[in-house]
Amino acid sequence: MSAIKGGRISSNLIENFEEIHKGLTRSEAIEEANRCLYCYDAPCIKACPTSIQIPKFIKKIASGNLKGSAKTILEANPVGASCARVCPTEELCEGACVLNQDTKPISIGHLQRYATDWAIKQKEPLFKAGERNGKTVAIIGSGPAGLSAARELSLLGYEVTIFEAQEEAGGLNHYGIVSFRLPKEVVQWEVEQVKQLGVEIKTNTTVGVDIKAEEIIDHFDRIILAIGMGKVPNLGIEGETLKGVCDAIEFVKQTKIKDPTDELVGKTVAVIGAGNTAIDAATTAVRLGAANVKILYRRTKNEMSAYQFEYDFAKQDGVEFRWLTAPLKIIGNEQYEVTGLECVKMALDEAGRPVPIKGSETTIDLDVVIKAIGQTKHSELIEAFSLNHTKGVVDVDAETYQTSQENIYACGDCVFGNGQTEAMVVSAAEQGKEVAKAIHRTFMLQSEIA
Amino acid sequence: MADLRINLAGIKSPNPFWLASAPPTNSGYQVQRAFEAGWGGAVWKTLGDPIINTTSRFAAATFNGKKVAGFNNIELITDRPLEVNLKEIYETKKRFPNHAIIASLMVEPQQEKWHEIVKRVEDVGVDGLELNFGCPHGMAERGMGAASGQVPELVEKQTYWVKEVAKTPVIVKLTPNITDITVTAEAAVQGGADAVSMINTINSLMGVDLDSWNTIPNVAGKGAHGGYCGPAVKPIALNMVGECARNPLINIPISGIGGISNWQDAAEFILMGATGVQVCTAAMHHGFSIVEDMIDGLNNYLDAKGIASVMDLVGKSVSKYSNWGDLDLNYKIVARINNDVCINCNKCHISCEDTSHQCIDMLVDANGKSYLKVREEDCVGCNLCSIVCPVDGAIDMVEIKQALPSMSWNERQSRIASFMT
Repeated sequence: MSAIKGGRISSNLIENFEEIHKGLTRSEAIEEANRCLYCYDAPCIKACPTSIQIPKFIKKIASGNLKGSAKTILEANPVGASCARVCPTEELCEGACVLNQDTKPISIGHLQRYATDWAIKQKEPLFKAGERNGKTVAIIGSGPAGLSAARELSLLGYEVTIFEAQEEAGGLNHYGIVSFRLPKEVVQWEVEQVKQLGVEIKTNTTVGVDIKAEEIIDHFDRIILAIGMGKVPNLGIEGETLKGVCDAIEFVKQTKIKDPTDELVGKTVAVIGAGNTAIDAATTAVRLGAANVKILYRRTKNEMSAYQFEYDFAKQDGVEFRWLTAPLKIIGNEQYEVTGLECVKMALDEAGRPVPIKGSETTIDLDVVIKAIGQTKHSELIEAFSLNHTKGVVDVDAETYQTSQENIYACGDCVFGNGQTEAMVVSAAEQGKEVAKAIHRTFMLQSEIA
Repeated sequence: MADLRINLAGIKSPNPFWLASAPPTNSGYQVQRAFEAGWGGAVWKTLGDPIINTTSRFAAATFNGKKVAGFNNIELITDRPLEVNLKEIYETKKRFPNHAIIASLMVEPQQEKWHEIVKRVEDVGVDGLELNFGCPHGMAERGMGAASGQVPELVEKQTYWVKEVAKTPVIVKLTPNITDITVTAEAAVQGGADAVSMINTINSLMGVDLDSWNTIPNVAGKGAHGGYCGPAVKPIALNMVGECARNPLINIPISGIGGISNWQDAAEFILMGATGVQVCTAAMHHGFSIVEDMIDGLNNYLDAKGIASVMDLVGKSVSKYSNWGDLDLNYKIVARINNDVCINCNKCHISCEDTSHQCIDMLVDANGKSYLKVREEDCVGCNLCSIVCPVDGAIDMVEIKQALPSMSWNERQSRIASFMT
């Protein structure tokens, strides 16, 4: 969410992982909701990948109809409570708000959170599964794309089974987004909403290990791959196996599955990369008590893929940025622990590519190196389903998300890349919806469902 | 610095801002605090035979999150002994000799009752009297307040009785709970009133609680209608002031009351014929200090307009207020959208499309940019688009000069009639 402020670091590490924004009070929500103009053909709706009827849900907050408000949001976006917290709203709905031109945009994200928080507290299910139509769908992966598809399909009457390799469902939302942005309780609630519709989620079930792809192909009418992406790849430099080198995704995940430890207190940390995951890792390191955290990036601020508000947040947390700096070698001691990082200064050539500047090598003393240079693809799993792919990105039809296999679809981060849309939770949610619709259309065409 | 002093039918005050007879003027302590804050006058909370009030008395309308858009009360006249009030009026007048203190009065419609109370309050030095023929709740059930104010003969007769003994100017306060307020205003004139004040509160039920189904407010589960006031009633009050001001039979000063919340509201009432104004809800909402900006704002406005005295502003808009039949049928305005100011919320389009005359198009220019345009030939100049537009200056209502000369409905009908004969 956009308007959160960093920089309030406590020596109590547990406090550092509490959600930063406490949510609007009732008065704040009503005041803000009343500020909404209730535009006709509102640009915020068009800017939302899931097309939430934003003015409608906001007016329902103003009128005291919070149930209707939450339902309006979650109808359009099954992970709307998560998106209220993690959407880059100024790039989306709030960026499109007409009030940008007059006063200041409506805090749509905060209002969305206010309504969905109400729904979470109510505990009453907002949706009912459709009458069973006898068709089965297997979904691999329970991240936002998988959950969204599962929710839509069960509303349409399908019997849905999700296979999830991790211990808990939720995927990236559960394990990959820092707690102080998105507490796991919110994700667990969204998972529960899907489960109460009769969706079976088989956790601790890795496809290819615990169950073969062929078995799934044999047993289900349709299959959706929503497997996301994998680990951070290696930097390809010396010293990557030293103690103190870790993967940003895994690093964040640890903070989601256990209470923070004091291992990082007083340590010097370098994060390699300048995407949103790098920011998450860097601010997590700060919140774990690291004395100094630097982000090293081989290009400049202009090329970083982190959003401006993520960058601002990291700056408020005291993260240092070293632009045009590339790692050459991780240096270790006799105990096989990281002690430093040899770097080289870079310059951008005419084509914008980073080129090392000879003789500019320096060594930074540090204790921990966190890699955040993107994520690997689950090529093996994709191939287990005999799907065509381009460098690990599943090839899909742009409209239906159908893969090279007729009954198999794919959505979310595993189809992201190679010029597709931006990898956002909200886009994954929308793709899940689209896949569900596309699958339903195939049965309607065959008239297999009355 | 403009001269803000007024003289309303002989009652003088340092500025046109008086507190209306209501809870803010319940005691000497309050009125003295008000005068210290700058109020020019106060109409003391209505004196009469002491009553017993209920608890739970007020309620207010909240509109789109804004508190006190309208205000409702079921409080009656003063519940303090007359002697106490008279003593405090005397003390207050002694401390603030240049401020106006007007005694609001309400007794049963009997000559001797009126004679008695008038003499007693004039003895302590009030500057004028205001006869409460307006209070719509409680007292009206006992034949007083609005009950007598709704009967023109009773208004005239009681005013006459008061005038038989009164040495100070008499203001008759009128109820809006009547079809045509000019009828009772005329009755007050016939009775010899020196001025009229309007409006008192409007019969109202503020709301119903959706959980308990009780009225709002309720007294032990029961409710009774109250009197409505506050910002929401201003247009109703302003019309009544205007109707009286332009009526040649009502040729006495008017004290304007009803939803006046700031100097702009006050200036509007004064332009529409009020010599001064009375305020209650705004003070109840924010405290006495709001008068500071009323004085300051009115003064700056008069200075900016080059008007030396607020008395020169009185009634300047009255001649512009007329009957519908006198309006020019050949005058035409149309909406024009300034696309460089417009923020494209499309509220004008949908309000026109759904509820008016379907003449605002949503278009896309050569660069793919959305814009709105009025089809002027279909625009009836209703103003709705400019009313719902949230941005100042995005929609102008512009005059389209017509070839035809001005002609009102009345003129048209009389011309037609002249051809028929």
